[in-house]
Amino acid sequence: MPAATARSFLQVAATEEVAPPLRVVQIEGLVILKIIKHCKDHSPSLVTGQLLGLDVGSVLEVTNCFPFPMREEDEEIEADGANYQLEMMRCLREVNVDNNTVGWYQSTLLGSFQTVELIETFMNYQENIRRCVCIIYDPSRSDQGVLALKALKLSDSFMELYRSNNFTGEKLREKNLSWVDIFEEIPIKVSNSALISAFMTELEPDTPVTQCDYDRLQLSTSSLMERNMEFLIECMDDLSLEQQKFQFYYRSLSRQQAQQQAWLQKRRAENMARKAAGEEPLPEEDPSNPVFKPLPEPSRLESFLITNQISNYCNQINGVSGQSFNRLYLMKALHED
Amino acid sequence: MEAPSMAAKKRTVLQFSSSQSLSARVHPLVVFNICDCYVRRPDQAERVIGTLLGSILPDGTVDVRNSYAVPHSESVDQVALDIEYHHSMLISHQKVNPKEVIVGWYSTGLGVTGGSALIHEFYSREVPNLIHLTVDTGFAKGAGTIKAYVSNNLSLRDRQIAAQFQEIPLDLRMAEAERIGYDTLKATAIDKIPSDLEGMEASMGHLLALIDDIHKYVDDVVEGRIDPDNKIGRFISDAVGSLTKLPSSDFEKLVNDSLQDHLLLLYLSSITRTQLSLAEKLNTAAQIL
Repeated sequence: MPAATARSFLQVAATEEVAPPLRVVQIEGLVILKIIKHCKDHSPSLVTGQLLGLDVGSVLEVTNCFPFPMREEDEEIEADGANYQLEMMRCLREVNVDNNTVGWYQSTLLGSFQTVELIETFMNYQENIRRCVCIIYDPSRSDQGVLALKALKLSDSFMELYRSNNFTGEKLREKNLSWVDIFEEIPIKVSNSALISAFMTELEPDTPVTQCDYDRLQLSTSSLMERNMEFLIECMDDLSLEQQKFQFYYRSLSRQQAQQQAWLQKRRAENMARKAAGEEPLPEEDPSNPVFKPLPEPSRLESFLITNQISNYCNQINGVSGQSFNRLYLMKALHED
Repeated sequence: MEAPSMAAKKRTVLQFSSSQSLSARVHPLVVFNICDCYVRRPDQAERVIGTLLGSILPDGTVDVRNSYAVPHSESVDQVALDIEYHHSMLISHQKVNPKEVIVGWYSTGLGVTGGSALIHEFYSREVPNLIHLTVDTGFAKGAGTIKAYVSNNLSLRDRQIAAQFQEIPLDLRMAEAERIGYDTLKATAIDKIPSDLEGMEASMGHLLALIDDIHKYVDDVVEGRIDPDNKIGRFISDAVGSLTKLPSSDFEKLVNDSLQDHLLLLYLSSITRTQLSLAEKLNTAAQIL
């Protein structure tokens, strides 16, 4: 009986497939154009939309998307929003578009997207879909000729921690989780069907220089840098606020411990006196005493998110500065001729 | 243009209804949408039909910005269109972008067929002035042709005989496609989106190629290989003249100032990053002993 080599059907059906880790997100040119159009039409307000596609092995294919209408802060619009989504999915299904939600996209302003809402939305999606991704597009950077598209996913270790809603220092040290581990960025691949690439090859004008190049070679970046710096400064303020919270917590914790010690001393002295008098010693702990109430430790989530944002801004500044250096040296060389 | 109708004298004259000179502008998203719908069409359908959304600009041009496919079934002598679907998609799209209205409809395939006239009539019941776009996905002429038509009703003494589809000029605006870069949209597969510096490199490469071309052209003209063209010469002299003629010390100062500003920003951002790593150590590593 080849029991060692062949597994029974039951065994195979029982073993869960281990999902290969998500390595690449493959987007169609159509989706990129749609996202850009939607974000640009509604800028400067921020918009979101749904991504549809297929989950194949270690590649997540995004083949279509549709935008969400702007939501006002109203209770009744909730039901409308769900209806809209269902309606769109149904209609798209009829024309053979992949009906599978694989994530959502949102636009952002200069990279300030790491918020608690993002994490919550991720957790919501994760409950229903095994693998979902969030695509962030920054329309303000397209003035620089850059396609600022990023695909993000929450890392697994962070998700577990979030579910247990426990962000104390010990837990984090235990898991060796720092602020870089919250979001994972996944590389994006672009694919197009052969038909559309034939069309685009046909319709492309012959000039080798496009608007994109003009945008990139522009010398004035000061407005972008200024806004970046403003946001950076605001974030630093937020970060220092968070740090003050921690300091306060530690100080009160140490004060409480000192109080506990003092109380304990007093108790011990009382007990000694009672023993000398021959009475029952009182317990050394007294949970009803407010001195012993455990202080809640402030969650570190906010500070992590803020740190993420700051590092994002720094990266952007670095990128733009690098480009500017290139341009300035180019100007210099041109002038010397 | 109106053909004069000489109603008297018992002559019947074909009357053309007047049409102002219309032209259309199509955004690349529409082309992408149409191709995608064509690729996904059900097996028995030969072509795809759908609605065009957009707006009419103040100068009369029709600006086509979005589209969606509508399921339909076609046989030899009749055409059926899913009107429910059309309306519900329209409502959904208008929730997102209320300014986009129906401006026409599209179909894939080269020419305008008989069925198209019926569909055009159906659409014209909703929108008075609409255009019809045909996108040849079969590449019948060896090239992908996109044409736009307006329909004129030919009537013979108040009786409608036929609808004449008249072609109107079409402007394929690829502005958004340019922003992304044709390379990204043209290839069937790209491994990754180019980063900032790579894009910079590409742009500088383009610039260099342009300068080389101009250089070659000027050389050829000087040596008499090509006839000089005054317009091109004027462009070149304008371009060269637009290089600012600042005295070199001022220019040096400008460039150095900008360089220093950027260096300062880089320095600030590296300080911030060190601060971040320090803060993180303090936050998580601190323990009450």
